[in-house]
Amino acid sequence: MSEVTVDVASIPAVGRGFRLQWEPAQNAHVLLYPEGMIKLNGSAGEIMKRCDGIASIAQITADLERAFAAKGLTNDVVGFVRIAVEKSWLTLQP
Amino acid sequence: MADLATVVARLAPSPAPAATAPGPPLWLLLELTYKCPLHCAFCYNPTNYVAGTGPELDTADWIRVLREARAMGAVQLGLSGGEPLTRDDLEVIVAEAHQLGFYTNLITSGVGLNEPRIRALKDAGLDHIQLSFQDSTKELNDFLSSTRTFDLKSKVAALIKQYEFPMVLNVVLHRLNIDHVEEILEMAHKLGAEYVELANSQYYGWAFHNRDQLLPSREQVQRAEAVMQRFRERVGSSMRIFFVVPDYFENRPKPCMNGLGSIFLTITPDGTALPCHAARMLPGLQFPNVRDTGVSDIWLKSTGFTHFRGDAWMKEPCRSCPEKSKDFGGCRCQAFLLTGDAANADPVCALSPHHHLVTEAVAKASQPQSNQPLVVEKPLVFRTDRNSSTLFPCKH
Repeated sequence: MSEVTVDVASIPAVGRGFRLQWEPAQNAHVLLYPEGMIKLNGSAGEIMKRCDGIASIAQITADLERAFAAKGLTNDVVGFVRIAVEKSWLTLQP
Repeated sequence: MADLATVVARLAPSPAPAATAPGPPLWLLLELTYKCPLHCAFCYNPTNYVAGTGPELDTADWIRVLREARAMGAVQLGLSGGEPLTRDDLEVIVAEAHQLGFYTNLITSGVGLNEPRIRALKDAGLDHIQLSFQDSTKELNDFLSSTRTFDLKSKVAALIKQYEFPMVLNVVLHRLNIDHVEEILEMAHKLGAEYVELANSQYYGWAFHNRDQLLPSREQVQRAEAVMQRFRERVGSSMRIFFVVPDYFENRPKPCMNGLGSIFLTITPDGTALPCHAARMLPGLQFPNVRDTGVSDIWLKSTGFTHFRGDAWMKEPCRSCPEKSKDFGGCRCQAFLLTGDAANADPVCALSPHHHLVTEAVAKASQPQSNQPLVVEKPLVFRTDRNSSTLFPCKH
């Protein structure tokens, strides 16, 4: 399979058959899929909950940098989205 | 249905929660009924399900269980049986579960899944359907399930796609169909399954009773695994293939249920709460009924859930084993079934003094004369009400 192209203009959304939700009992965002669950760490949860199929990676990154008073998160976000797309957790809008 | 040990492995957070602070029952499996139009010879349901179990819970009981388990943090819901579609309140149960925030999985033979029902289930918020096939050929599918269901299942698979459900195709593998793995995978690919579960039969319930006829040879298992690997490389992520390890052919035991009482809670049709779907056989433990005990008390206080949680129960060779936190000593039910003591190491483990019980069964299965599937001295015993009543008339 060819490498997925992910850049700041990409618009990610949660993949079909997956559902993202906050679980108080686990104090974490979890990604649910057929008969399985991925418990996300804090960063992954913060990125994924912003993947609404409308915001671009540039917008998601800007929002994260604002929310956490951080800078230079672009590579982290792009890197995470690339992995998540490979795993089908996220899909990119055409 | 699927081998849940693997399903749980996929779900399991690592490492396992400590015995002192049990996490929530993340995985709730409701066996809504033992009624089933199929009569599979490898069914894991108890062989004495007719005489040994009570009347089915009603809708209000199931809804109460859903609410109590969700409040504790249960998040994945399996709706199974028997055939869950034989319950006419399935849609009501799904709707409640969806509204509570469960990810809802219907585990079905497909029999009874017509267009009005699948539409109603979609409207109720059902997330996913796991459809079982018994083989890639009509003849063997119908023989193994002792029904004529192959064509119907193919139609149901098309309906599942039409209504845009993610589809897991589950095929239980054993000696009679394991040589068809390539055809089974082709069929799954053609039907558009996103996931395929090749679930090598695990030997409990009816499958244990029929073990001599179902256990494949080591060569069959190796061939199947090689075929599966090639297919996996060919199709990539368009269809994910899970290969449930045939544990009789292993030297290390499976981390069954991620340890009993760790993440998994089953409620049987009559309301008995179990830490795994086969655990009713384990002696000396309390398995409370949800009709009179709350889910929280069941999970936190009953010995059926606390006794094998953690590792205080372990004997040697498990107790001092460096892998005990990885495999939890294997399967308690298998240890009990094969050695008579549920606290023994799972005999699949090469370190178990009872390992020969497994290797002998495998050696027997690998003898050439037993490779003639339909010429067997002992006939396959299909899971029917009549067989259950006549062959297994006792409560325990």
